[in-house]
Amino acid sequence: MKNPIAGVARHAAFAVIVAVAAPSIAIAQEAKDDTAVSSFTLENGLEVVVIPDHRAPVATHMLWYKVGSADEDPGKSGIAHFFEHLMFKGTSTYPSGEFSDAIAAVGGNENAFTSYDFTAYYQQVAPSELPEMMQFEADRMRNLVLSEENIETERKVVLEERHQRVDNVPSSILSEELNATLYQNHPYGIPVIGWQQEIEGLTHDDLKSFYDRFYTPNNAVLVVAGDVDPENVREMAEETYGKIARGPDLAPRARPMEPVQKTAREVSLRDPRVSVPNLSINWFVPSYRTAEKGEFEAVAILSEILGEGLRSRLYQELVVKQGVAASAGSYLQGSAYDYSALVLYGQPRGDADLATVEKAIIAQIEKIKNEGVTQEELDTARTKIQRDQIFLRDSQVRSANLFGAVLTTGGTVEDVTSLPERLDAVTVEDVKAAAERYLDLDRAVKGYLLPEGEERS
Amino acid sequence: MSQTLNFIPGAFMRSFFKAGTLLALILVAGPVQAAVKIQEVSSEKGVEAWLVEDHSLPIITMQFSFDSGAAQDPDGKAGLANLMTGLFDEGAGDLDSDAFQTKMEELGAEMSFNASSDAISGQVRMLSENSDEVLDLVRLAVTSPRFDIDPVERIRSQIAVGIRADERNPSKQGGEALAKALYGDHPYARSTEGTLETLASITPEDLKAFHKRVFGRSNLTIGVVGDIDAERLAAVLDTVFGALPEEAELQVVEDIEPKLGQEVRVDYPLPQTTLRLVYPGIERDDPEFFSAYLMNQILGGGVFSSRLFQEVREKRGLAYGASSYLMSRDHAQSLAIQTATSSEKADETLAVMEEVIAGLRDEGPTQEELDTAKTYVIGSYAINNLDSSTAIARTLVGLQEDDLGVDYIERRSDLINAVTLDDVKEAATRLLTQKPALLVVGPAKQGGE
Repeated sequence: MKNPIAGVARHAAFAVIVAVAAPSIAIAQEAKDDTAVSSFTLENGLEVVVIPDHRAPVATHMLWYKVGSADEDPGKSGIAHFFEHLMFKGTSTYPSGEFSDAIAAVGGNENAFTSYDFTAYYQQVAPSELPEMMQFEADRMRNLVLSEENIETERKVVLEERHQRVDNVPSSILSEELNATLYQNHPYGIPVIGWQQEIEGLTHDDLKSFYDRFYTPNNAVLVVAGDVDPENVREMAEETYGKIARGPDLAPRARPMEPVQKTAREVSLRDPRVSVPNLSINWFVPSYRTAEKGEFEAVAILSEILGEGLRSRLYQELVVKQGVAASAGSYLQGSAYDYSALVLYGQPRGDADLATVEKAIIAQIEKIKNEGVTQEELDTARTKIQRDQIFLRDSQVRSANLFGAVLTTGGTVEDVTSLPERLDAVTVEDVKAAAERYLDLDRAVKGYLLPEGEERS
Repeated sequence: MSQTLNFIPGAFMRSFFKAGTLLALILVAGPVQAAVKIQEVSSEKGVEAWLVEDHSLPIITMQFSFDSGAAQDPDGKAGLANLMTGLFDEGAGDLDSDAFQTKMEELGAEMSFNASSDAISGQVRMLSENSDEVLDLVRLAVTSPRFDIDPVERIRSQIAVGIRADERNPSKQGGEALAKALYGDHPYARSTEGTLETLASITPEDLKAFHKRVFGRSNLTIGVVGDIDAERLAAVLDTVFGALPEEAELQVVEDIEPKLGQEVRVDYPLPQTTLRLVYPGIERDDPEFFSAYLMNQILGGGVFSSRLFQEVREKRGLAYGASSYLMSRDHAQSLAIQTATSSEKADETLAVMEEVIAGLRDEGPTQEELDTAKTYVIGSYAINNLDSSTAIARTLVGLQEDDLGVDYIERRSDLINAVTLDDVKEAATRLLTQKPALLVVGPAKQGGE
């Protein structure tokens, strides 16, 4: 595979993220050996999760902060992400570039990412380098230098990033405005990267107070995966992160919540760069944290049966049997603090138009609401989710990502490891009830990406 | 509908790293000393594979590759190899599409195929408990795919939608225009997906003939990782691949020098202009390969400290990413440099990049830069090539395809350490002297040049 060009369209069409995912079976099987996941909390409030994997001499070190774009003050959108960039600009202890140079000097990789509810920094290095990584990462939790010059240069970089990710990509422009329509009161309606004019307006003082407020050990989760043992990690963490004083207690993450949604809404973008249209139907549903017991699992299984993968109802019906769609499916956004988005999508093919695809998706919605699912479908979906967790355990980064995301969105290690039992508890009645409750077309938000000058149907 | 904005990969340019991994895949070093043990396995029928045994998870990963790819597409049938890769799970042997997929799903296994210009590759992930049954399905897929008309038409029209969807996408159009300019009549000028016309002309008979021609034991490379031992693997190799013809019948693909020194423009009123420069590259088996590799690392090799990243992004904030990468394909080599900047800054950015390039070419790197690059390149390989079974299996195939030898892992550090400052400077002169090809995708210039 010297030139990894994407294969057939349907395989690459949509990356599905179900973060309810958990390496539970593998964990259950391994609980007695030296690869069991463990967790503990340092005295200063830093939570630590250790995921041993002794197959290769590699360790993944991730520090997750419980702050994301949804925690930003009004008018300051993009600050969480902008600040993430500035975390690479040097501290009073280590000037700019020293941390990155140290990582590069041992052949390590590093990066960071920001989402609605968390911001995370990671390095992949040989296990022997972990103490040094912890030293550097702990240092920049408190000793960052925010110079006006760095802020101005990085502001340009972030604006270029916004151009690259959003303005140059029609589907991203639509997605941004669709979210703003789906969420009318909750900050999930504001893009993680921020609105351009607000990125332009962020000041040194804004950034400094953001840092002081959120970058503390009691607002962070350390995840270490790889060729390590928990006791060793604890010692290293105490020597480094453990020396940082606990920060002030943070106020609960009480974001403005959504009012009862009473309308159906539509958002369209016509763009000359688009030549084949597509559509999505979007709802927000409770997150794992806010759902009633068992409800989130039922929605996850609903999405699995309805639209995840080549054997799902939407794919089989629209793409294979009716032949009206090039792609069709669904996904449930996982690991969110307040709400998860449930999305159904489709793109026409051949002589079919967008309206035909929409009608066919709606017919499947009605069918699953009226008739529910079979026990066989439920069992298959359950097995598939659990199988995915075994495969997930094969990747250090994916395992670490899962635990980090769950722990920064109100979940616990047990929430991850108890997935098999929680899935076992879901019945066909639960799935039908979830379909009836959430697949409500009278309060759906539809997104249409259209070629210029073309009507929807 | 895309979820990209829910999750912003951070301070560095993830998408540019993707381009960078092209090189990693070619270079594919093996694991660090003694990290993983590679076993060479040979079956009774002479099918060979490299194996890394690991019983800590109940998973087996198999990667295999037929040296062939879209470059083997017959004239007028561009897109054939790519179409074929969409059909291996759409019916094989006595199982039709539905029966095949149902069985695979029940077994909880994953199988995927991919066509590049130089290879058709497959990957299977399975639980060890039912791996015999999964491997039997893989056998059917590899040796007797059905190419039934219904799935052929369906997958064809799905691909056609993808081609049509890109018709007015300026960045995709730019990439295709550049490939045509660089490679002229050579198969590398064609898109792997083909065109609407060539795709439409492909028949099930074409697919059958192509499969018969390019799936042989002579051009097959296999890497296996996980919960299986050498003895069982030897038996598996014959079961899965033993029925393939001994020799593939490949058509000769000529080597080609990309035609540099030209400018390709796609004028489009975008807020951001994408710039790509293409220089000569280096063959994977060239004795100076690592000199060029380290030179590229210093120039723009995907780390914070590279010259392009420092000058374009860190010092001037002109772009989110700026990087360079070597592409050593079977029949053409190049070094490409890419960035994207505000359209009114395009000239300034290009000038900065040219200055960086000239600086490295004329002065060479510093000893410190070279030392840092060496440690990075030596140390990073376990992380880049070993952090999952999938990555290791890909590495095993890459090592064999590039004919690097089973002891390459042990030798690699020495090969890198042997590169001198003069070697890198020579590589910079060799690769960065010729006038590059330039791709510009963005707003048309006011008033011409």
